[in-house]
Amino acid sequence: MINQYPLWKYLLIAVIALVGIIYALPNIYGDDPAVQISPSHGAPVNAALREQVSSVLDKNKLKYKAIQIADDRMLVRFYNTNDQLAAVDRLTTALKDKYVVALNLAPATPQWLRDIGALPMYLGLDLRGGVHFLMEVDMQAAIKQNYERYVGEMRTALRDKRIRYSSVEYTQGGVLLQFRNDQERSKAKDLLQREYEGLKVDDQDAGQGPALLASLTENKKRDIEKFALEQNITTLRNRVNQLGVAEPVIQQQGNKRIVVELPGVQDTARAKEILGATATLAFHFVDENNNPEDAASSGHVPAGDELLQERSSGRPILLKRHVILTGDYITDASSGFDQQNGGPAVFITLDGKGGHLMREATRDNVGRLMAVVYIETKIETKKVDGKTVKQVKKLRNVINVARIREELGKRFQITGLDSPQEARNLALLLRSGALAAPMEIIEERTVGPSLGKTNIAQGMLSVEVGFAVVCLFMLVYYRVFGLMADLALGFNLVLIVAMLSLLQATLTLPGIAGIVLTVGMAVDANVLIYERIREELRNGNSPQASIHAGYEKAFGTIADANITTLIAGLVLFSFGTGPVKGFAVTLSIGIVTSMFTAIMGTRAIVNLIYGGRRSVKLAI
Amino acid sequence: MEFFKKKTSIRFMGRRRVAMVFSAVLIVGSLVSLFVKGLNFGIDFTGGTVIEVKYPQPVDLGHVRDALSAKYSDAQAQYFGTARDVMIRIAPRPGESSAQLSDKVLATLQTATPGVTMQRVEFVGPQVGSELATKGGLALLYTVIGILIYVMIRFEWRLSVGAVVAMIHDPVITLGVFSLFHIQFDLTVLAAVLAVIGYSINDTVVVYDRIRENFRKLRKQSAPEIMDISINETLSRTIMTSLATLLVVLAMYFIGGPVIHGFALALIIGILVGTYSSIYVASAIALDLGVSKSDLVPVRKDNAPADDRP
Repeated sequence: MINQYPLWKYLLIAVIALVGIIYALPNIYGDDPAVQISPSHGAPVNAALREQVSSVLDKNKLKYKAIQIADDRMLVRFYNTNDQLAAVDRLTTALKDKYVVALNLAPATPQWLRDIGALPMYLGLDLRGGVHFLMEVDMQAAIKQNYERYVGEMRTALRDKRIRYSSVEYTQGGVLLQFRNDQERSKAKDLLQREYEGLKVDDQDAGQGPALLASLTENKKRDIEKFALEQNITTLRNRVNQLGVAEPVIQQQGNKRIVVELPGVQDTARAKEILGATATLAFHFVDENNNPEDAASSGHVPAGDELLQERSSGRPILLKRHVILTGDYITDASSGFDQQNGGPAVFITLDGKGGHLMREATRDNVGRLMAVVYIETKIETKKVDGKTVKQVKKLRNVINVARIREELGKRFQITGLDSPQEARNLALLLRSGALAAPMEIIEERTVGPSLGKTNIAQGMLSVEVGFAVVCLFMLVYYRVFGLMADLALGFNLVLIVAMLSLLQATLTLPGIAGIVLTVGMAVDANVLIYERIREELRNGNSPQASIHAGYEKAFGTIADANITTLIAGLVLFSFGTGPVKGFAVTLSIGIVTSMFTAIMGTRAIVNLIYGGRRSVKLAI
Repeated sequence: MEFFKKKTSIRFMGRRRVAMVFSAVLIVGSLVSLFVKGLNFGIDFTGGTVIEVKYPQPVDLGHVRDALSAKYSDAQAQYFGTARDVMIRIAPRPGESSAQLSDKVLATLQTATPGVTMQRVEFVGPQVGSELATKGGLALLYTVIGILIYVMIRFEWRLSVGAVVAMIHDPVITLGVFSLFHIQFDLTVLAAVLAVIGYSINDTVVVYDRIRENFRKLRKQSAPEIMDISINETLSRTIMTSLATLLVVLAMYFIGGPVIHGFALALIIGILVGTYSSIYVASAIALDLGVSKSDLVPVRKDNAPADDRP
């Protein structure tokens, strides 16, 4: 008997429909106004914090829906925005500098959906409002900085080895070292080749007297560029956390660019200030002869000392004012394990001069405590009496105290850390102390929240109207078969939404346009099939045979037609950026799902209604 | 309901000379406009800053321009959707970052009219602009090549040529309209043009499939007759699909908001031109190149090598 599907096909369609509906479902629940609490410097997010937060909220009579902890962040959901806004103020005051409290909109997806990984679609900045920056790292400056550091190091190294040079200068293309005679030059060449891995050292005889040109190898240059990019990303990530932005995106794009997306941020000027802020480190000796608690309570700080706080515990600590070393000399920091006791450690690499300073300072101080101070320069814009005032604040905190066990040099390790996680954080912090190379904003897109809302409303309305018009059109033109096509079209929309939710692809306004376009183009498959069926009927074939032939013959055409559009969609996807990519994604997904719904979906309904019956009249 | 109760038998191919002249005029006109007037590129391609602001009341553009003229003489202001929304475009200026620029412009406007709010800022550096332009051009090229390869594999070469000509025909005319009426050409419009290419070829492929089928089925008719029969047979589908797509795109044009106006407009033009070109241009060219029965009848060994591939 023709026009009957085997049971498994019906089941398959039913299963796909069910899965589609389930994964599309989160999109109908909307959002809860929420407050997101994230640690600013590795402070714990745990039950104690939950306790503290809930007591603050209870005390202020702020009703909340739930407190959730996930991914080292805490999310407090509220019933209304008034409570949410009040809570941000109260919590910011209560949690001070240890946590960043940010406004957020949390999807109100029920738990059982979240358990199976069903999330609402991820909205692009043009729909939710926010700032998009594209920043470019100045790689030439990064390379230049490296050469300039080599200049200093080489001078010291040559002096240490008593090799006489007449000059060591940075020139375009490397470090130029000039000598009085060939003998000194060859000694210097040996030294440089031994000490510096990534440098190519060549004899240079063209200028005045014998000279050497030390230039970076291509590999080393790539390493420096890679390092600069990674470090700037880390730095930016830390700073964005300081901004208190919920769900920021910081991504590498290409080999010298960074995308920063800050949903919900309106004040771009402030965002830029903070992204461009500076932070650095300093090493001090700890004053172990005086009691810091006494100094803190009495306010009397011993001469030559200064009183700071340990960031993790908030405990006061007395440091010697003398700075052993600043973070400018750190070229690298990585986390790992202490070879002797297996505990977590951070390995620090200083540049030549830094190594020298460190050696001098630690040689006679083995056994003393040394503190690492994190210095941040924050620029805050505040409104005072209606006027905007810019404040530059220098924040200094002790992030680590460790006992010096031996004379330190260019490379040393900091131990006494609680966990590998803390070691990783510290290494990251040390590296992210400052930007490795200057950055320039080369693209900025800011969308206000009201415009985002308008964009969503208009986009959704055009999907609805487009959908309604096409459905009506199909219904009038093809009657019962039109109704089936409409069902397939609705099914297709559900599948597109489900796929977008599942992939967490970014939905943009052009993306919505892609959905609208797909609605129009998806009926094409049904039109092709139905026109074939009509034709077969006109040629005098039986209804059953016409249905069969209609689907059969139209299939090749539908496939051909859709593959060509898919090619355009894929090219768009690989070349497009931002909004255009969103269009390519929805268009491509729409084409694929429409093939399924328009062919298999409608066929299943047709088979259910007409299949297996002897005499039928087709309402087409 | 049916548009055509009976089988239509319009002699499309008999009038193909007229169509060719018509197409030639459109193409030449478009190219002349593109070369003489060029495209009104948006900041996506040129670099610069676009600031969209909302006024509390409808505002006169002259008023906005006056407010800006002192410091930003090169600023262009235009309405964006309503008389309360104004879009200001400023060319890239060295030494001033986008943040400073947008803040200053807003401050200037607020001094003139209190209550102006910032809706949107877009800043594209010159280096990004030229890159996007290059990328866009490449995207167009690769789309054309990709589809060309696919059509070559699926169809006889004369048909492929017809399809490619139709495929180039449609975006060129779409771009021509954008150039002639000085409508802003930005990234989303480029995306729409690529979609037009996909749509146009989609339409053509449907007609071609039928032409190939009929060449194999109908042994008595001449090539022009077979073309006509094929086009007539697919006519109601062509019109039906184009209408459905046109309806949704019109919905997008009128409801979707000013941001996707250009996008929707490019699609409207593309769909209209694409429908016409798949009926006339693609088939007519294949016919004039001398496509004949022997090329398409499956004597697979020597006549249709392209069709042999899986």
